[in-house]
Amino acid sequence: METTAEKKYTFKDFTSDQEVRWCPGCDDYVILRSMQKALPEMGVKREDVVFISGIGCSSRFPYYMNTYGMHSIHGRAPGIASGVKLANPDLSVWIMTGDGDAMAIGGNHFIHILRRNIDLNIVLFNNEIYGLTKGQFSPTSLVGQKTKSSPYGNTQPPFSPGELAIGAQARFFARIGGNNPKDMTQIFIEAHKFKGTSLIEVLQNCVIFNDGCYTKYTDKDVKEDKQIYLEHGKPMIFGKNKDKGLVLNGLKLEVVTIGENGITQEDILVHNAKEQDPTLHQMLVRLAYPLATGIIRSFDDVTLEERENALTAQVKANSNFRKTDDLFFSGETYEVK
Amino acid sequence: MITAKKNHQPKTLEAVVIRFVGDSGDGMQLTGTQFSDTSAMFGNDIATFPNYPSEIRAPQGSLYGVSGFQVHIGSVEISTPGDNVDLLVAMNPAGLKTNLHAVKPGHTIIVDTDAFTKKNLEKALYETNPLRDGSLENYRVIEVDMTSLTKEALKNVEGLDNKSITRSKNMFALGMVYWMYGRSKQHTIDFFNKKFKTKPHLIEANTKVLNAGYFFAETLELIPNSYTISPAKMPSGSYRIIMGNTATAWGFLAAAEKSGLELFLGSYPITPATDILHELVKHKHFGVKAFQAEDEIAGIASAIGASFAGDLAITTTSGPGLALKGEALGLAMMIELPLVVVDVQRGGPSTGLPTKTEQSDLLQALYGRNGESPVIVIAASTPANCFNYAYMASKLALEHMAPVILLTDGYIANGSAPWKIKTVSEMPDINHKMVKEAKTDWHPYNRDEETLARDWAIPGTPGLEHRVGGLEKDSLTGNVSYVPENHELMTKTRAEKIKRVQNYIPNLNVEFAQTGDLLVVGWGGTYGTLLSAVKQLNEEGCKNIGFAHFNYINPLPKNTKEVFSKFKKVIVCELNNGQFANVLRMNFSGIEFLQFNKIQGLPFGNTELMDKFKQLVK
Repeated sequence: METTAEKKYTFKDFTSDQEVRWCPGCDDYVILRSMQKALPEMGVKREDVVFISGIGCSSRFPYYMNTYGMHSIHGRAPGIASGVKLANPDLSVWIMTGDGDAMAIGGNHFIHILRRNIDLNIVLFNNEIYGLTKGQFSPTSLVGQKTKSSPYGNTQPPFSPGELAIGAQARFFARIGGNNPKDMTQIFIEAHKFKGTSLIEVLQNCVIFNDGCYTKYTDKDVKEDKQIYLEHGKPMIFGKNKDKGLVLNGLKLEVVTIGENGITQEDILVHNAKEQDPTLHQMLVRLAYPLATGIIRSFDDVTLEERENALTAQVKANSNFRKTDDLFFSGETYEVK
Repeated sequence: MITAKKNHQPKTLEAVVIRFVGDSGDGMQLTGTQFSDTSAMFGNDIATFPNYPSEIRAPQGSLYGVSGFQVHIGSVEISTPGDNVDLLVAMNPAGLKTNLHAVKPGHTIIVDTDAFTKKNLEKALYETNPLRDGSLENYRVIEVDMTSLTKEALKNVEGLDNKSITRSKNMFALGMVYWMYGRSKQHTIDFFNKKFKTKPHLIEANTKVLNAGYFFAETLELIPNSYTISPAKMPSGSYRIIMGNTATAWGFLAAAEKSGLELFLGSYPITPATDILHELVKHKHFGVKAFQAEDEIAGIASAIGASFAGDLAITTTSGPGLALKGEALGLAMMIELPLVVVDVQRGGPSTGLPTKTEQSDLLQALYGRNGESPVIVIAASTPANCFNYAYMASKLALEHMAPVILLTDGYIANGSAPWKIKTVSEMPDINHKMVKEAKTDWHPYNRDEETLARDWAIPGTPGLEHRVGGLEKDSLTGNVSYVPENHELMTKTRAEKIKRVQNYIPNLNVEFAQTGDLLVVGWGGTYGTLLSAVKQLNEEGCKNIGFAHFNYINPLPKNTKEVFSKFKKVIVCELNNGQFANVLRMNFSGIEFLQFNKIQGLPFGNTELMDKFKQLVK
């Protein structure tokens, strides 16, 4: 195999000749460009990259990438991507999906792919609305949210993608604002490096049907005070003045101010994304203030392929069957003269 | 009731049908399999048919909990498990009640009298004991207190609890039947030694009971007569007994090896298709990737992904599962990837009759998708030729870049028969469409001029990066296209591609009369029953009946119309309400298609077929 060092890609190498057709101002453009910038940094060959999507605005993504790709059917990208990866484990496989695709029609596949821990990546474009069908509530829409299919307010409580994912044994979960290409690019690179299924929730603004749904967290002037960007091994500190931090108070996370009530930096929790026990990760995912972003969980575990390969090697070593003829003539056969 | 005959001479018979029936926990499937395997090794042709309830352990003694296994053995060619039974072994009253109608008058019934207790008779809804009330006087009934004799045989074996003692009484019955038909016990004794390798007391116990039954039959004069069945004349070669589902699995193994591809199965358990999954998961030594998915849809979706990445990809299911796979199958058709979907048909609609057979998924296979969505549809027709058609399904999918639905059914999937072993070297070549390196001016929808199959460029191949998807695509580049003329062109191209498969499949074969008064038409799993009915009529002098059986359904063989035109009447026989007859009507106007249909979850009976055909040629 040729080494990747032979060719240094730029984002243009990953840009297809297809005209991008998302609405002007959509965060999907940010995700697209972040991915095209992240791929050259991953050291992966273009022909080894596969994007699989389902249905929805997010799922047009593969058409815009100059890699292998499939725009499949609603909710089923995890099944298709699993088949691609199991057929050829050398590929870098990405599922591009939305909140409806992944958690409504594809909810069953979503939880099972996380449980299995196949080495692939899922980018979840969460805009808390159905965009392509023009504005119905989704499984992440808020209670009371007025949409085309809930004119008097939504009565169905939402999923929190991270909570659902970690409940389904996700080993890698990251969350990032749709207006933050710099960190998003880095998270895509980290997701690629991670061995196992990685899930990245992008808080993606839908300019047409749910505009401003994340502004209270992601607007330039509030984001430092309302978000905490978590990094493994670093204290959980946030705020414009870097003076706010998280501590554990009983079974709850609590925001404290460094320098008040005798709190010092020593008292602040240090983020351990690699911890197997997901309790604290779940608490971070659920936190409403500040909103946790960055890589919240990154626990190294055995992948499905590793288990399968080990079994296959073991079976091959203990079997006399090399060709199907060996099987067909094995056991009880008899001759007719 | 029993006419004891001393010094009897063994009778020579051409063929005999034996049915073992009992509670679903009585081991009737094992007993039947042992008898049929032993007979096959002796050189008989065989056909078997298990018939069991969908409850794993239905309430003991109940009518609906009866499990049966029928075997037809012969010194002549056997094409069906048989209709009417020469010997019924009934382990309890419920088994007797539900199966008595199948026993030929004057023929033999063996019963375990110990099981004819007041309680069991009540459960079987008998008001009086049939062994005592004269209702069986038209049969030869052999009453054996099998449970007591089994206990007696095992009184000196240590380490057995009561349950394992009573459970081995099926081996007593098997021993008796072995003696009656002059079969050796050795195959079954070898089986015990292998199965209970680590439990020597169970080897001893089962062998003792088998011998006890064998010697009981030999010693007691109560046996009315005994039979011998000589070996059948079959083409020389190596054989083994194979179940339809196993043959299907093996056909895929052979196709993977021949094509040089790895085999990927994405599947979700469903009766009666699950045994294909069970078989393929064993074969990791051949690099088989068998993925049990979370549901039917993920099963086919993973197979589509594996196909996109360059594996020989298959998914296996039964009727309700095919319904769930419909949308994904449409995707595979749209993106023109090779994929085989096996539908082991069962009684429908909805959950229907999961453990019974039917041919009612034909229209679903042909049309059960949104939009204009043609796929190749083929059907296996015997347990052994499931191997050939699984192989052919793979070959057609790979060479024509199209999904193939392979229809089998519960009857042939669970039935077993001798299979003349095929080596991979004698199977036809498979020339898949994979492109290994970049060419200038290459497009994903470049097509072969003859077959219209597109190129198969898989991830990992530099320079051929491309996107496919369920949206309509440009006829060359595969990019999304809403151009009206392009959609019509692509719709017609996809249909034409499937139609051209006609050029690569064999012509329809006609057996017996090549022209005449009546053409009997069937498809799929009814081959054996139709063949034996027409054959028997032919032997009785009805030389004006021909028989044409379809394995290729979409597209139909090229000579189909010509075959129909040579007969005055055409009757289409199927285990549904007339689905194939309607397909033929749509394709061949001007021909009158008569119908013979049965929708009881059961195969055709020989007599009902012969009666119908006789009427039509009178």
